Amino acid sequence: MFVKVIETISIYAIPFILLFIPTYGFFRKVKVYESFTEGAKEGFSTAIKIIPYLVAMLVAIGIFRASGAMELFTKALSPVTKLIGMPGDILPMALMRPLSGGGASGVMNSLFEAHGPDSIIGRMASIMMGSTETTFYVLAVYFGAVSIRKTRHALPAGLIADAVGIITAVLVTNLMF
Amino acid sequence: MINIIWFLFIIIGIIVATVTGNIEAVTQAAIDNAELAVELAIGLVGVMALWLGIMKIAEEAGLVQLLGKALRPIMIRLFPEVPDDHPAMGAMIMNMAANVLGLGNAATPLGLKAMTELNKINEDKDTASNAMCTFLAINTSSVTLIPATVIAYRAAAGSANPTEIIGPVIIATLASTIAAIIAVKTLSKLPVFSSTNPMKKKNIVKTK
Repeated sequence: MFVKVIETISIYAIPFILLFIPTYGFFRKVKVYESFTEGAKEGFSTAIKIIPYLVAMLVAIGIFRASGAMELFTKALSPVTKLIGMPGDILPMALMRPLSGGGASGVMNSLFEAHGPDSIIGRMASIMMGSTETTFYVLAVYFGAVSIRKTRHALPAGLIADAVGIITAVLVTNLMF
Repeated sequence: MINIIWFLFIIIGIIVATVTGNIEAVTQAAIDNAELAVELAIGLVGVMALWLGIMKIAEEAGLVQLLGKALRPIMIRLFPEVPDDHPAMGAMIMNMAANVLGLGNAATPLGLKAMTELNKINEDKDTASNAMCTFLAINTSSVTLIPATVIAYRAAAGSANPTEIIGPVIIATLASTIAAIIAVKTLSKLPVFSSTNPMKKKNIVKTK
């Protein structure tokens, strides 16, 4: 029931917003068309502004991934992650998640293929994927849009959040399934 | 911080690739990802324009301000540096709402709008303010109600119950968001980070 409600909300959310905001604006005497195009103008410049930051981030991550360094990290970390009940198979997914959304979904799909989506590993990967974010990408895009170069504590805080999300995903899966 | 990590990715990558014989793959990855970055950015233009346009109407109609007022008690605690009637508050709330509902497409443009607004009250345009770090941390911890993409992948892989992960995802995402807020607030007090706070010169005093 809850799931049905949530699914319906997510299907209708965008059409609702697209109807509600212009309607509300119209009756508040906003020149809706003019305002829309005025706001939309910023879309192009913002997208262009993030390019240097995205190139820097994606190239560095791409080099790191292609080099095989990820496998070395996985090997080095696996004794530690076993302690919290994380199967070795899922570790590459956990390490990939903050770096690359596409890479992480690739790992998740290969886990689905090898173990099935309803296995413990499949469920753990799904929960991990849903509760964490591509932190490096978000950082490059969000700070790139305003040309922030000194990011201070944003990255460590984001990575701590990912680590907690990953550990909770492992614990919750082992408890509930 | 980001300087060191960025440099480490490249130097570790190239050293490991030399040792393992993956050096050609590294060249290809560097070039492919540079192209991908531009594709991603250009691909954002249309969606960005759509949501920034809608956002502008919402702003001029006073909707964003209304939302801001409603969530004021939470927002002023999370972002004490931001005046509570500032447009950044509304944009951040809209971004978080879009994230919670899993509307990824709408969330990014609204988030970028919020960052732009936050940078307007930032004293040093090169350096992230505490409010910007907090906002980014909340974003990367990804409060999600419906992990729509994951559910789609599970269904495609033939899961008997693709949506069974919704409950656990909500638990894990709440844990990571709480951790993000605690981490970002605690880290901002460390000398390394508090000494670089671009807003430290001026203490914004709340009027209400």
